[in-house]
Amino acid sequence: MDDAIDPNRSVGRSANRLELREKLTGQAKYIADLSRPNMLHAAILGSPHAHARILGYDTKAAKAVPGVHAVLTGDDFPDGRMGAFVKDEPPIAQGKVRFIGEPVAVVAADDEATARRAAQLIEVEYEELVPVLTPEQGLAEGAPLVHEDLPNYFMVFDAIRYGNVLSETTLSEGDVAKGFAEADIVVEGEYETPAQAHVAIEPCGALAEIDEQGRVTLWSANQSVFRVQANVCESLKLPMPKLRSLTPRIGGGFGNKMEAHVQPLVVQLAIVTRRPVKLILSREEDTETVRVRHPFRIRMRTGARKDGTLVAREIDTILDGGAYGDDSPGVLGYSLLMSRGPYNIPHVKAHGRLVYTNKLRSGAFRGFGNPQVSFAGESQIDEIARRLDMDPIELRLRNAVRGEGPWFLGQKLASNGFVECLETMRAAAHWDERRNSSPTPGKKRGFGVAAAAHISGLLGTGAIVRLLEDGSVVLNTGAVDIGQGSDTILAQICAESLKIPLDRVAVASPDTDGSPYNWGTTASRVTFTTGRSVALAAAEVAKQIKELAADMLECAADDLELRDGGFVGIKGVPEKQLPLFLVSIQAHWRRGGPIVGHHTWVFDRPTVDPKRAVVSGLPFRQIGVYSFAALAVEVEVDAVTGKTEVVKAWQSVDVGRAINPRSVEGQMDGGFAQGLGFALTEEIVFDNGRVVNPTLMDYKVPTAKDVPFHMQTIIVESPEPDGPFGAKGVGEIGLVPVPAAVANAIADATGARLRKLPMTPERVLTEMLPPETDDDAA
Amino acid sequence: MSDRPAITLTVNGKDCTVAVDGAETLLETLRDRLSLTGAKRGCNQGVCGACTVMIDGRPMRSCLSLTANCTGSDIVTVEGIAPNGSLGRMQAALEETGAVQCGFCTSGMIVTAEALLRDNPHPSAADVQAGLSGNLCRCSGYRMIVEAVLLAAAGGGESA
Repeated sequence: MDDAIDPNRSVGRSANRLELREKLTGQAKYIADLSRPNMLHAAILGSPHAHARILGYDTKAAKAVPGVHAVLTGDDFPDGRMGAFVKDEPPIAQGKVRFIGEPVAVVAADDEATARRAAQLIEVEYEELVPVLTPEQGLAEGAPLVHEDLPNYFMVFDAIRYGNVLSETTLSEGDVAKGFAEADIVVEGEYETPAQAHVAIEPCGALAEIDEQGRVTLWSANQSVFRVQANVCESLKLPMPKLRSLTPRIGGGFGNKMEAHVQPLVVQLAIVTRRPVKLILSREEDTETVRVRHPFRIRMRTGARKDGTLVAREIDTILDGGAYGDDSPGVLGYSLLMSRGPYNIPHVKAHGRLVYTNKLRSGAFRGFGNPQVSFAGESQIDEIARRLDMDPIELRLRNAVRGEGPWFLGQKLASNGFVECLETMRAAAHWDERRNSSPTPGKKRGFGVAAAAHISGLLGTGAIVRLLEDGSVVLNTGAVDIGQGSDTILAQICAESLKIPLDRVAVASPDTDGSPYNWGTTASRVTFTTGRSVALAAAEVAKQIKELAADMLECAADDLELRDGGFVGIKGVPEKQLPLFLVSIQAHWRRGGPIVGHHTWVFDRPTVDPKRAVVSGLPFRQIGVYSFAALAVEVEVDAVTGKTEVVKAWQSVDVGRAINPRSVEGQMDGGFAQGLGFALTEEIVFDNGRVVNPTLMDYKVPTAKDVPFHMQTIIVESPEPDGPFGAKGVGEIGLVPVPAAVANAIADATGARLRKLPMTPERVLTEMLPPETDDDAA
Repeated sequence: MSDRPAITLTVNGKDCTVAVDGAETLLETLRDRLSLTGAKRGCNQGVCGACTVMIDGRPMRSCLSLTANCTGSDIVTVEGIAPNGSLGRMQAALEETGAVQCGFCTSGMIVTAEALLRDNPHPSAADVQAGLSGNLCRCSGYRMIVEAVLLAAAGGGESA
């Protein structure tokens, strides 16, 4: 297909991954595949208690095991504290343990089996404390404190915090009391969503090596070499020049690898042993000790007029943050910002509390709080449509945010393809003819829709574009490709900007020593923010090329243009041109070095318009631009078992501009599948704080049989002026509407309204059955 | 080392002799002794399929296979699917469909799909979905991988 396409056009082309061949042939090197001479292998010992004081350690037996080189406990680590929003987390448990599985000791040995065996021989004496196992327990009067020092912790924003509440956020516009008074109907409900495990097929791991000067090189499975560096250095009180953070190939992240996992542990082991140390978590350890999606409890009500106009919404949420802050305050603030949905609702109040508990920490996970509130919000839109006997797409169109909006709290939108998403999805799904065929015998069939919006943006990014002597380019951004394809996307943007073929661009692997700062591969941000920096750094290179070429061609720089294939020439004079390698050689000889373009950026449009909105406890001042999506699903619900199968799905997504259409589809397909797991099967179950289903045997992620092969993605392009070639992000949005779309389809099929995820056969069946009466009981 | 039995097996066409203890898995032997790291440890429990290799022509979980039981066996890993520098039909089809994202499940998918195509040269989409259902992928949503298998079955993967 690509053969017919001009090789000098890179943007808009479904180019293959730059690293595809190595992945197809088994040569790609992930963290577990790396090895260094004299390398030791590490293992952790986890806490058996949810909440306990550590009274002492006995490591003699572990140290006596042949082949063991170090046994470290909390006493052997510096007492630094790390965290993106709140610095509350030690490198390893110190003083007390706050969740079951929290590392309390770590062993380095000649091989992994020896390290694991020795770890089990470490004796830790505990004094058990009363655990906080639910947010409600944490909010109760007199509840034990998970973090006694919370008031003293350093925070990067002015959080409202007290007791076990790490952050409380309130956002409002209009007057909800007035809004509900104007409503003809009000739907109200309580929604519950569970902890979801990321289950990147690659478990977390890290490898640290120390040199003679005491400087550590650290490779790890990560989503940001810079967040790794910050977390390790903060928690180990290590000066940042002492740590160089690098990345191998990454086997998926989804948020799990954004903040620290085992990096501080291996760095300390390397410092103590003076040997390279590698630690790769087992699947169970990864699930029990890293992080999960926040469980939400949501009370929401939405009011509408008889004609379908939405007038008011009120939302109150409680987030289970688990034992450490991680990215939680951001998840709370963002989820509330998204709780209005992509609709004009004049009166909205959103309030939420983030509560510490003695459970595995919650953190970033694709969607960042948006899937949870969208499950509630998009379910209520569907209920309103049913109550008013309106088509659910029509109801959404009637209330859709159009044009420049604004978004909830006041940010104006520069690009908005939401209406086109709804309309193209409706056409693709043949929505208006959907009842024309009959369901499989024994199954009830239903159709559901849901819509979503999601930001791309947040925090710092940069790019360095360097013209090599032969006229080709090295691109250095510091953005980690976690498997979603950003190296390729950024190279496409660079190649197109300089009108050179894609194979003339090399992408430097992220390195805290030499890459421009990049906050991370998160918040659907790399294409939009880093891509913009790439385009503008390349524009700087183009400018310098023209300045030098003007000298060489004896003309004005303004009269010059870049030409396909790596040339610069005089506009309107086709024969007057220079290949870029000649310009670059001149740069090296005459100017003393290569032409380099550098650009840094952070999204700068404010989230809050103080004339519209009242806000407290929101952790970010500016966030990003909005992508939009609409999804329809067809489900079949087994009338006997209650098992739900999604048989077809159609989704439209406004990405501004698809730099690589196939990668857009890949993100939408993958997001859908992960959302399907969240909707139907995935739930980390806690029993007194213990994860009871950490194995893939017991925690069910969708297989090839569970995700419909009939899954169509329609790309809508509403160009974003701030984005590179008009592009905005697509990494998370595909997951966001899935639970609500499936819930709405189940309601359509069976009349059962599910408000708790996952929608297991048992829960669906329970909701399908008529309520028990006294007669039944007798 | 001397008390460990020497096991001889064929890996990607080459005879190898390794001294292993009875508990060592084939996945450990391939990765740690033979430096064939294409097969991955995703769960070490036989669920995710990332460690899948051919043992005597059958796709097997190398994390559940003891090396000591593989004496005389013919092992093919993703590194041995196609001769140096070339791609097998499934690899070529994955290249053409662009189904690969993070790549961590890819080795196992390729081995499983090769066996599937050998046993069922003209599978339906549903056959492929069932055949790949023991190999988890968290990135792709599977659709493009299924398309790649169908493409390989149609002869679309032979060109590389």
